[in-house]
Amino acid sequence: MTIECHLDIQGVSKHFGGVQAIGDVSLQVHRGEIVSVIGPNGAGKTTLLNMISGFYHPDSGSILLADRDISRHSPSRIATLGVARTFQNIALFRGMTVLDNLMLGRHVHMRTGALSAMLRFGPALREEVQHREVVEDVIEFLDIQPLRKQPAGALAYGLQKRVELGRALAAHPQVLLLDEPMGGMNIEEKEDMARFILDVNDEWGTTIVLIEHDMGVVMDISGRVVVLDLGQKIAEGTPDEVKEAPEVIKAYLGTQAAN
Amino acid sequence: MISRESGVFQTSYEGDMALYTLPLARNTTRVVVALLVLLPIPLMMANNEHLMSIVTTIALAAIGAIGLNILVGYTGQISIGQGAFMMVGGYTAAILSSRYGMPFWFGILAGGCTTALVGTLFGIPSLRIKGLYLAIATLAAQLIIEWVINHVPWISGGAQSSIYVDNPELFGFEFNTEFRRYYLVLVVFLLAFFGAQNLVRGRIGRAFIAIRDRDIAAEIIGVNLFRYKLLAFAISSFYAGVAGALWTYYLRIANYENFVLVVSIEYLAMIIIGGLGSVLGAVFGAIFIKLFPIALDLTVVSVSEGVFGIPYQDVANFLANMQLFLFGALIIFFLTVEPEGLARMWEHVKRYFRLWPYSY
Ligand SMILES: Nc1ncnc2c1ncn2[C@@H]1O[C@H](COP(=O)(O)OP(=O)(O)OP(=O)(O)O)[C@@H](O)[C@H]1O
Ligand SMILES: [Mg+2]
Repeated sequence: MTIECHLDIQGVSKHFGGVQAIGDVSLQVHRGEIVSVIGPNGAGKTTLLNMISGFYHPDSGSILLADRDISRHSPSRIATLGVARTFQNIALFRGMTVLDNLMLGRHVHMRTGALSAMLRFGPALREEVQHREVVEDVIEFLDIQPLRKQPAGALAYGLQKRVELGRALAAHPQVLLLDEPMGGMNIEEKEDMARFILDVNDEWGTTIVLIEHDMGVVMDISGRVVVLDLGQKIAEGTPDEVKEAPEVIKAYLGTQAAN
Repeated sequence: MISRESGVFQTSYEGDMALYTLPLARNTTRVVVALLVLLPIPLMMANNEHLMSIVTTIALAAIGAIGLNILVGYTGQISIGQGAFMMVGGYTAAILSSRYGMPFWFGILAGGCTTALVGTLFGIPSLRIKGLYLAIATLAAQLIIEWVINHVPWISGGAQSSIYVDNPELFGFEFNTEFRRYYLVLVVFLLAFFGAQNLVRGRIGRAFIAIRDRDIAAEIIGVNLFRYKLLAFAISSFYAGVAGALWTYYLRIANYENFVLVVSIEYLAMIIIGGLGSVLGAVFGAIFIKLFPIALDLTVVSVSEGVFGIPYQDVANFLANMQLFLFGALIIFFLTVEPEGLARMWEHVKRYFRLWPYSY
């Protein structure tokens, strides 16, 4: 039996000035898997995600998305290949309505040119309506119906995180990268978010790479966990395996156990 | 007829996404368009060509301002070159019509397309630089274009840098009066206005706003910055080119003095005062900037002559300075107090009346 490798990260490194943010990290993510990346602050988790989404290019190594090398692609190109993400510090378009933010998530699937957009009948209008229907499904899925016409920047923090997830989901991504989707949330919001992530994975088979600090959540929802410390991968395995690994206890859980 | 927001529910996504979702707004728009169409009748009866020419000038300016707002207000790419881009359109049309006998509609389209090309070219630096640096790059575009048009005899047609054209003509109908030319401008204005309104609320408009608000996030969700910034320059310069060409046919002369640096700054003032990132705001700005000097003239002259008995000649100089001073003050006022300009004020008025008379 072969499990298809969806995202194949092969020995990537990235440094900023003298700081080695990621040093020779390899990681394979299979189609339909939920993989969590954990590690202390500054471990290089966000940097790894930034390289997958094309925001940074690795100094060395390569990243394959379904066997295609994307390590030199621009972020917009990678988005069109079916990768969507959320940010550690929410990056919504604050002045736009929730609806427009989600419609922007559909951008990669829309085609209308300038001239037909200006006339806005026939194909242009049909396209808007068709994508609006997709967006409405996402709105219903995330249970944010009352927020449609509200400016995204005016929402409470937890809801902004949810809308940002919605924008990524609207793209119907093959691969979803989530950078601390539950950061700063209360328990109830975290539970909601965890359920959304599991449902997305369940219903659409989306491959998910998740960065999260809350160990409880990580252990609950991920199929596999990867531990980074100081830019190195120090452990990898099922949640239970990782929990037991001595390196992890030392580098990461150790700090909590000591408290 | 007069239905307000309460009680109006959209039952389809088409309805919900229409430009004017409320019957009242839709009707207001129809009334305004009808008034614009009928406007020449009373003016013709009063034989008031002067007033007609003011309205035409405003509509012309509005086309250029809408175009600039797509670039600056919606996409966040500042440009001090709108005047020069209009110049490209104006001279393209003049050359095509005066030397090659092309009809005016062709001159307008060709003026728009040529300018779109030139604008895209000068937009390339926007891929690397932002803000003040981009402003300076577009300022350079203004000066380069001005210089080229002035110094290449083939383009400017010699000493005065002026090219004369005939009255535009369509199927034997000559636009040979102020009132007829108004209709020509009005049709293009309405196309430009509604075209822009449609553009900005669809896929492309959202991408423009995304670039303006957070270019990194825009790119991550798949907006190709390279393509969309250049598209914004292309569309904006297309509008400028069309406005410049129309201007030429309206005046029956292409003259670079109509498009110098001060004109570019005037257009920036229009969209700042009218409202950055608002199509209607660009129109408000055009109205304001074109009417303001006229209104100021009238007041100062009537006060100085009527109240103080000073003849007009003695205040003319003062008036010119006064205008500049007040312009500056207004721009600072809008930038600091109401950055969203007249369009925002209009929203406040509308919101007030939407619930009126039950304000709470
Ligand atoms: N653009 C950058 N310029 C310079 N240094 C950077 C940059 N991005 C990240 N770094 C550095 O790289 C290292 C890894 O940062 P990264 O943001 O990837 O960590 P992280 O694991 O996401 O941490 P956190 O849990 O705090 O989000 C840090 O030392 C950080 O200071
Ligand atoms: Mg991080």
